[in-house]
Parts: sequence; C-alpha cells; structure tokens
Amino acid sequence: MGGSGANIEIKVEDLYIGYGKRVLMEKLDFEIRQGEIFFIMGGSGCGKSTLLKHMIGLLEPMSGDILIRGRSIVKAKDEERMKLMRDFGVTYQGGALFGSLTVAENVAMPLEEYSGLKPAAIAAEVEKKLELVGLKGFGSYMPSELSGGMRKRAGLARALALDPKLLFFDEPSAGLDPVSSAEQDRLIRSLRDDLGTTVVIISHDLDSVFAIGDRIIMLDRDARGIVARGDPRELRDESDNPAVRKFLTRDGLK
Amino acid sequence: MNDSERKPKRSLWDRIADPLIFLGASAIALPSFFTRRGFRKRELYYYLDLCGVQSVPIVVLICFLMGAGVSLQSVLQLRKFGAEVFNADLVGFAVLKEFGPLMVAIIATGRAGSAFAAEIGTMKVNEEISALQTLGIRPEAYLVLPKLFAMLVSIPLLTAVGDVAGVAGGMAIGVSYTEVPLTIYWERTINALDCMTFMIGITKSVVYAVTISLCGCYCGFTAAGDAQGVGRGATKAVVSSIFFVVIADAVLTMLFSFIGY
Repeated sequence: MGGSGANIEIKVEDLYIGYGKRVLMEKLDFEIRQGEIFFIMGGSGCGKSTLLKHMIGLLEPMSGDILIRGRSIVKAKDEERMKLMRDFGVTYQGGALFGSLTVAENVAMPLEEYSGLKPAAIAAEVEKKLELVGLKGFGSYMPSELSGGMRKRAGLARALALDPKLLFFDEPSAGLDPVSSAEQDRLIRSLRDDLGTTVVIISHDLDSVFAIGDRIIMLDRDARGIVARGDPRELRDESDNPAVRKFLTRDGLK
Repeated sequence: MNDSERKPKRSLWDRIADPLIFLGASAIALPSFFTRRGFRKRELYYYLDLCGVQSVPIVVLICFLMGAGVSLQSVLQLRKFGAEVFNADLVGFAVLKEFGPLMVAIIATGRAGSAFAAEIGTMKVNEEISALQTLGIRPEAYLVLPKLFAMLVSIPLLTAVGDVAGVAGGMAIGVSYTEVPLTIYWERTINALDCMTFMIGITKSVVYAVTISLCGCYCGFTAAGDAQGVGRGATKAVVSSIFFVVIADAVLTMLFSFIGY
C-alpha cells in the first residue's frame, strides 16, 4: 500500500489555528507519508477547510509548524513560499477557474508561467490533461458554459498541469454524480499508483474514503483537535470512540 | 458557517494596516510588468477597451454639456460687466484645469472603479484568488497591474478628449448666447490657454487614474465573501474613489497655485 512508505511528505507540528484570538483547532500533530491517499474528515464547520488553507500556505497559523518535504511553509518568506506553492496542486470546491479565460487557457496558465515550453507543446500538454479528466474537446469553452462537475474536473486538470507530486483536494466529490465520483476516485488512485503522487483530501464522502483512503484523521469541533487517526476501515469497525464509529457508518445506516 | 468558524470583524488596526499592505504588495508586483510573470497583455487590452475606448461617447457627451453649463453661467455673470468676450478664457481654464479631469475621473469611477471591485470581489468568492496564490502567481500582478496600466493610459487620453468636448460645449453656448463671433472666441481660447494649463489637467488625471484603480482593486480584495459583500465592495469603491479624487484635486490645485498656476 502507498501508505507504507517511510518518507514524510507533510509534517504538521503542534499546530494552533483559528481566526483572530479564537482558537479553532489546537495541538494538531500528524504526518502524511509519500504516496499516501490521506483524508481529513470531520463534521460540517469543524475547520477542515481552514486546516487545508493553512497547509497550502494561504493562512498563517497562530503557532506551530507545517513542513512540506522538510521545508516550512509557515516560516517561508514571500518568494520562498510562492516557490513552495508551485510544487503542489490544489483543486478547489467550485473549481476556481479563472472566468475570463477558456478552459484550455486555464490549464495552460501554470505551463505558460513556469514550464518554458513552446505554445504548441503547451497546447498538446493541455489536451492531454483535459483528456485525463474526461474533458477532451471542451478546451474552447468558457468556465461559465460548463456544469459544476465539469468545472471541478477542469480545475483538477489545471492542478495536474505541472505534474505535481503532491495534490490537495477540497471536497472533490461534492456535487458529482456517483459514476463521475467513482471515475475521479479511480483517477486519484491511478495518479498515486502510476506517479507516486501524494494526495490529501478534505471530504465527507464515505464511499471515497473506504474505496481509496489509506489513512484518515478525524477532526472534532468540540475537542478542538484530532479524535481519531488511522485506517478508515479499522476505525469504522474497531474505534473506541462511538462518535467516530457513528460518523464512519453514517449513524449506523451504512 | 457556524460560530466557531466565523471570522472576526476587522479591527481598527487592520483597517489602517490593510491598505498599506495592499499598496506594498502592488508595488512588489510592479516588476512583473517587465518579467511578464503573472502579467498578461490580453488583460491589459481588455481593460484599455473597457476603461478607454468604451468610455469615449459618454465622456464627450458629459464634458460637452459641462462646458456648455459653465459657459452659460459665466456669460450671465460677465454680461453684467460687459466682459462677455472673457468667457472663452474662463471656460478654457475651468475645463482644462478642473472640470475635464474631474468629470472623466467621476465617469471612470462609475464605469471602471466599481467594475474592478465587483470583478475581484467575485473572484475572491469563487476562490480564484486563492487559486492564483497556490499557482505561485501574485494576485496583484495578475489583477491590479493590467487595470492600473490601462487606466494610466486611458484616463489622460480621455481627459484630452473631454477637454476638447468641454471647450466645444463652452464655445457653442459662448457664440450663440453672446455677440462674440466664433473666430474671436476661438482666438481668445487659443491665446488664453497654454501647454502648461493642459498639462496641469493631464497631471491631475494621472493621479486620479492611480487613485481610482487602487481604490477599486482594494475594495474588491477586502469585499466580504458573499453576494452582498461584493455589492458593498463596489459601492465602497465608488464612494472612496470619489472622496480621494476630490481630496487629490484640492491638494494638487493648491500645489499648482504655489508655482503660479
């Protein structure tokens, strides 16, 4: 399994996060290993997305550190942080495509900025990425002409443009039909299996967690921290915490 | 969003520090105009069209009417002293030094300033700004610079167009409401106005262009993340732009008066 690798991709150390003086999560400590599909779960509004924003360097924590391949994204200065950010891909809940650019231009943007490739090579690469996410032939569409699910997939194509070794997903299956969601899970798994990509996913989707998740952490708003960590299947069947079992079995209905 | 995740209101310190941080970030992004990192020529052309070309008809109309209005008021007063011939001087100075740049700035605020705020505010709601950041691109380079440069080019040019329209409006009234013939009016206008008078207005328009662009963009970046927040951001952009334009006008007029203009 991908989670068995000893190399640490992300290390979160004694992290305190919150807004203003209000602490949302405290003493967060966890590691994500290279080539692992790692889920961050928790009830609505517990701070999962806020934790993600800290991990990708968009927000500064109150204290603590986040190391990506040994380099701190918290302590990195402006230019250094931007360099660190280029090394990973992020897909956002709504796709976050640039509305004034076509789908192909959106995917081409990181390539134009950083790859140094010629326009023809960029166009070929864009076509390849769009095909990978099932959007072949939609390059000339504007984001507003696409459905929510297609926008999400186009956002994934953009995140994959520079072939990052680390990918973050914010609620990837929200708003997708079951078949598209399963296709996306397969794609995520193949990225990990074929390219060794490390994947961090914020999600509620239990089907995805059990299908592709190697390890999870579960956050809890009242406990202000991690209440469970490990293999999702083991936690579902053997966790000492009834709230965790309840969550992972959809309150006994699964 | 529940209580625990709700962001606190911005403190007074944030309200003072945020505009300065924004100005600093925009200044740091300036070299990307030359390195092309994050800066896109196509965006520049789009804003040149939006802020410049598309504004020409409304600028011509408003400035013509403003010139006509000023001319009518001055004719009524100058007539009392039999000095109607000086109407050309008064209209020329008023339009080139004050009303031309000011009216163009107000039109630009309504057209461009509010659009900048709404556009950036909506991008913030859609997480497009976060996406730019995680692509390692400075949002200021991609979002502020094309707008700023487009305004720096288009507003002075529009001001020149507005000056011509304003003087023409003044002339239309000056000639039709008085006994002053067109040739005399034109001659007086040419004699009264010099290059420096024109440049004062253009200098003002450059300052207004920077003010409107930065106010619009800043209000977009600080807009709250919902539809009402974007609306409030656009309103704030218009109000703050006009406020700072009027302040800049007062300061510049005083400064120019010190050097005899």
